[in-house]
Amino acid sequence: MIAALIAPFYVYPVLLMKLLCFALFACALNLLLGYGGLLSLGHAAFFGSAGYATGVALVAWRLPFELSILFGVIVAASLGFVIGGLAIRRQGIYFAMITLALAQMVFFIVLQLKGLGGEDGLQQIPRGKLLGIVNLANDRSLYYVVLAMFAAGFWLTHRIIHSPFGQVLVAIRDNEPRATSLGYETGQYKLIVFVLSASIAGLAGALKAVLFGVVTLADVHWHLSGGVVLMTLLGGLGTVVGPIVGAVTVVMLENELGEFGSAMAQWTGVSWFGNLGEAVTIVTGAIFIVCVLMFRRGIVGELQHLILTVRSRPRTIQPQTTEWVGPPPF
Amino acid sequence: METFFGVPFAAIAGQLLIGLVNGAFYALLSLGLSIVFGLLNIINFAHGAFYMVGAYAAYIGLTYFGANYWAAMFLSPLFVGVVGMFMERTMLRRLYRLDHLYGLLLTFGLTLVTEGLFRSFYGVSGQPYAVPKSLQSALDLGFMMLPSYRVWVIVASVAVCLATWLVIERTKLGALVRAGTENAKLVEAFGVNVPLMITWTYGLGVALAAFAGVLAAPVFQLNPLMGSNMIIVVFAVVVIGGLGSTLGTIVTGIGLGLAEGLTKVFYPEASSTIVFLVMIVVLLLRPAGLFGKEI
Repeated sequence: MIAALIAPFYVYPVLLMKLLCFALFACALNLLLGYGGLLSLGHAAFFGSAGYATGVALVAWRLPFELSILFGVIVAASLGFVIGGLAIRRQGIYFAMITLALAQMVFFIVLQLKGLGGEDGLQQIPRGKLLGIVNLANDRSLYYVVLAMFAAGFWLTHRIIHSPFGQVLVAIRDNEPRATSLGYETGQYKLIVFVLSASIAGLAGALKAVLFGVVTLADVHWHLSGGVVLMTLLGGLGTVVGPIVGAVTVVMLENELGEFGSAMAQWTGVSWFGNLGEAVTIVTGAIFIVCVLMFRRGIVGELQHLILTVRSRPRTIQPQTTEWVGPPPF
Repeated sequence: METFFGVPFAAIAGQLLIGLVNGAFYALLSLGLSIVFGLLNIINFAHGAFYMVGAYAAYIGLTYFGANYWAAMFLSPLFVGVVGMFMERTMLRRLYRLDHLYGLLLTFGLTLVTEGLFRSFYGVSGQPYAVPKSLQSALDLGFMMLPSYRVWVIVASVAVCLATWLVIERTKLGALVRAGTENAKLVEAFGVNVPLMITWTYGLGVALAAFAGVLAAPVFQLNPLMGSNMIIVVFAVVVIGGLGSTLGTIVTGIGLGLAEGLTKVFYPEASSTIVFLVMIVVLLLRPAGLFGKEI
């Protein structure tokens, strides 16, 4: 906590804010995937559309900062309502395919809508002032605003997970027919968590748009949807801090890969490493593969598991669980 | 010139032809997807990547080894099929007992790696691949020119689709595969080597994707991202058609290609989104898909 408050005096605030945005984005997906068991492969649609909406509100309509962010979140939530409402009509693998397809549709719409800049996206979005007083052009003031919003979003996901609603959600994830037979309207629960997740993803996207002053097609592209799934998976599905760890790891990796590559090229004399920075997708994909094959619990999940096994070893003999190796089942 | 709703007939026919070509690719790809899904319970995101690799294999074969189009048509699916079987043996096999979604995520990762590799070698700009000499002509139908190559794409893919359908529905091997889809344990109890059958089926599925890739090479510019852009549309096609029926998959693919072609004539702005719009309508009216058996 204190570390987060004093961090901007030691680390470049823009990088910190970027980390916070993606961590929030991953938390939003974790709420849906880790606790709701719903794999959305189209979450960039919410992240990006909120970014575009905020951008338009700030650039074209000259709305103040707070209203622009709010508008972005509302757009993401409405989009989440539509896409979620359609996707929950099918289950499992189809759910993932539908979210991916609808997100691609959003991508094409964004590409074609006039006023959204097509291939170039929105540029030079002003940061504005908080409540008309605090000038957010200063990186540190913006940092504390982003930190506060991240904390609010994170607290919200935490509250949702530990509420009765969250418990029902986990029950639906683990055994939907049973939840239905207990009288829960599973469809409604799924839709609500989808909209919540989309809104939080939207908040992350809106903040990122303000932070960099740019929104591009990359923000609505399926690569980003996959990227956020990777962050969540790498950190640990269904763990509270996992998505944050995952997001920080992936973003830092993408940032540092180029430098790491040139260092490796100098050290080993293999010039191929020099191009590592451009090969981000290869490395991301490779981590994906390793993650799915070797440690499906993610970094935090594995650590928790390790602590649990170490603690329980002296007292009890581990029951022979059959074949189940994954994290909580989807 | 004859017109139809104010649009020249030749323009409609031309777009319909392009739509038919696209539809043929959708059919080939969704057929491979549905075969793989049936037996492995994995939605193969890498299907698009295999399609792209198939096209590049033809290109590499031509530029570096002088293998012509017809040789590529045979060699590229063979190569990709072997690569696919290797991946099934080494990676996908570990995931069968887990949730389907892990398979999707693994193949997603495979796609990123494959695309990244091809991008680092060939960049993002397109590579042209010449139409083979014997198919460069065009037939004059009076109201429009009919490029032979497009006709060939349609004929070849429909033929391969039908052949696959015949193998699956009418041969003993196909019966075993279908039985394996229903209940793999029981088939194994009858003495069939199911893991081996799965490996071959995966190989066949991705070979179909590579075949589509070779067919597509002269039509579209080769681009490392061509596969993923295609596969997302094919996912929508699969959601619309449902994975239950082989013939249904083929019909849906071609039908949607035609719909896309028609949209290009009458409302070009919607041509990239029409398949997704159809998907929305189908989800609202018939959530299980047009030919789907289960939700």
